[in-house]
Amino acid sequence: MAMFSQNPVLDGPNYSFAEAPTVRADGFREHRFNPYTDNGGTTVAVAGDGFAMMAGDTRSTSGYSINTRFAPKVFKIGGSTSSQEDANILLSVVGFAADGEALKERLDAICKMYRYRHGKPMTVNACAKRLSTILYQKRFFPYYVYAILGGLDEENKGAVYSYDPCRAGGAAASLIMPFLDNQVNFKNQYIPGSGVGHALQERERKPLPRSEVESLVKDAFDSAVERHIEVGDALQLMIITKDGIEEKILPLKQD
Amino acid sequence: MDTLVARYSRPGAFQNERHIEDGQDDLNDDTTPSLSLKFAMPPVAQPSAWLRSATDDRSNPHCPIKIAHGTTTLAFRFQGGIIVATDSRATAGNWIASQTVKKVIEINNCLLGTMAGGAADCQYWLAWLGMQCRLHELRHKRRISVAAASKVLANLVYQYKGMGLSMGTMCAGVTKEEGPALYYIDSDGTRLAGNLFCVGSGQTFAYGVLDAEYDYDLSEEDALELGRRSILAATHRDAYSGGYINLYHVKEEGWVKHGFSDTNPIFWKTKLEKGEFTNVTSSFAEDEQAGNRV
Repeated sequence: MAMFSQNPVLDGPNYSFAEAPTVRADGFREHRFNPYTDNGGTTVAVAGDGFAMMAGDTRSTSGYSINTRFAPKVFKIGGSTSSQEDANILLSVVGFAADGEALKERLDAICKMYRYRHGKPMTVNACAKRLSTILYQKRFFPYYVYAILGGLDEENKGAVYSYDPCRAGGAAASLIMPFLDNQVNFKNQYIPGSGVGHALQERERKPLPRSEVESLVKDAFDSAVERHIEVGDALQLMIITKDGIEEKILPLKQD
Repeated sequence: MDTLVARYSRPGAFQNERHIEDGQDDLNDDTTPSLSLKFAMPPVAQPSAWLRSATDDRSNPHCPIKIAHGTTTLAFRFQGGIIVATDSRATAGNWIASQTVKKVIEINNCLLGTMAGGAADCQYWLAWLGMQCRLHELRHKRRISVAAASKVLANLVYQYKGMGLSMGTMCAGVTKEEGPALYYIDSDGTRLAGNLFCVGSGQTFAYGVLDAEYDYDLSEEDALELGRRSILAATHRDAYSGGYINLYHVKEEGWVKHGFSDTNPIFWKTKLEKGEFTNVTSSFAEDEQAGNRV
């Protein structure tokens, strides 16, 4: 029963007030409104030449307990049916799972309405702008989610957008981002023997092929699992290309 | 008593607000502008106090939502127009959330805004300001003055005073009537006209360089260099500033972008070619021997 913070006022599972009203020594009662829980997890998105890859682990936690080992964080958005077979956009959400679900449903509904009204799917950059206004409509009662949107732009190049509240990917972002900066964006990589100190020449930056990005992302998650308790169980990979969306589930450590 | 409170303080009591909150209207109503003024509110007596406890990392370091902060932005008027320059770092707590933020916001092709404080607040409201400026153009058949545009924004943020918006922005534009015009607007509702402003956690460092070298009659080339050098000084001394230097020049015909350039090579160029930043050693070994490390 560790999943619910028990409120003695009510019996059984309750709404999301973590604390019951407490009576202080001076007789005043203290109320709190705690609508958020952090369900942990991490997501990663990489834009490549001709593809965009979004990945997330599938563990859902609250505190030290694991709620489930399979709760996907990456979703297809904007298909014409609920099967999302013809979807052209990916959304990943990490943070508070309930807000994430609400946000996904809302964006999906908006993309579907756009498709019915205009007879064509929403482009990724239109959807990205719309998502930012959706998030801002809740400026004073925010969605507690770190969202990333991905897809292909009009020239079939990969495009990913990340959103404030912004740590680009949740619990283990601080473990994964420096690795990706180095391996995907070639940050702090220099040509060997090109000089000393500031005479060093930067290594040429080029977009990585899909297979390489896939193994980098898997390595990043394997490393994060080693050092972060909220990440694990399975890795959900979604790759969007001009031929559609491909989904893979790869195992991660279960402990 | 507790049971009574529990019964009547359940979300059921907020059913009306729920209805607005679920925002189905943006699906059914074509006329709802996407940049609207309708915001969902938490179902508590004092939304702003609740929001502060959830987002203000200064009053509550363990707040669940950390808003991106930390910046150096500057803009100054000179005979050839207005120079606008910013750094590009966004931080959330001690975490560098991004090194490639575009803090100069292109409101339209002759008005620029700068971003300091909450990134979302600035992006949203300056986009909204762009919309208002376009509407003004359509209604009155002429371009909005910078004074009017800045006041539209100042009035708007004043309506939300105390609600937790966080923005310090400068509006820069050149019009025939006003010449080069520069306004500072912040989320307290302040609106000031002036020759030069620096905003953000690195503002003092930028002011240090800018005030020393500033002259209204600067040439275009010198003005651009001064903007760049002031931001460089701030990125050097302010840990919350860094990344790339974003440089713009606003003229009457519109603004011109002068690059989004990495600070690191500019720093070494400034040091090695101009002999500035002598506090930094260029090779650790020899200076350490001489005991010169600062």
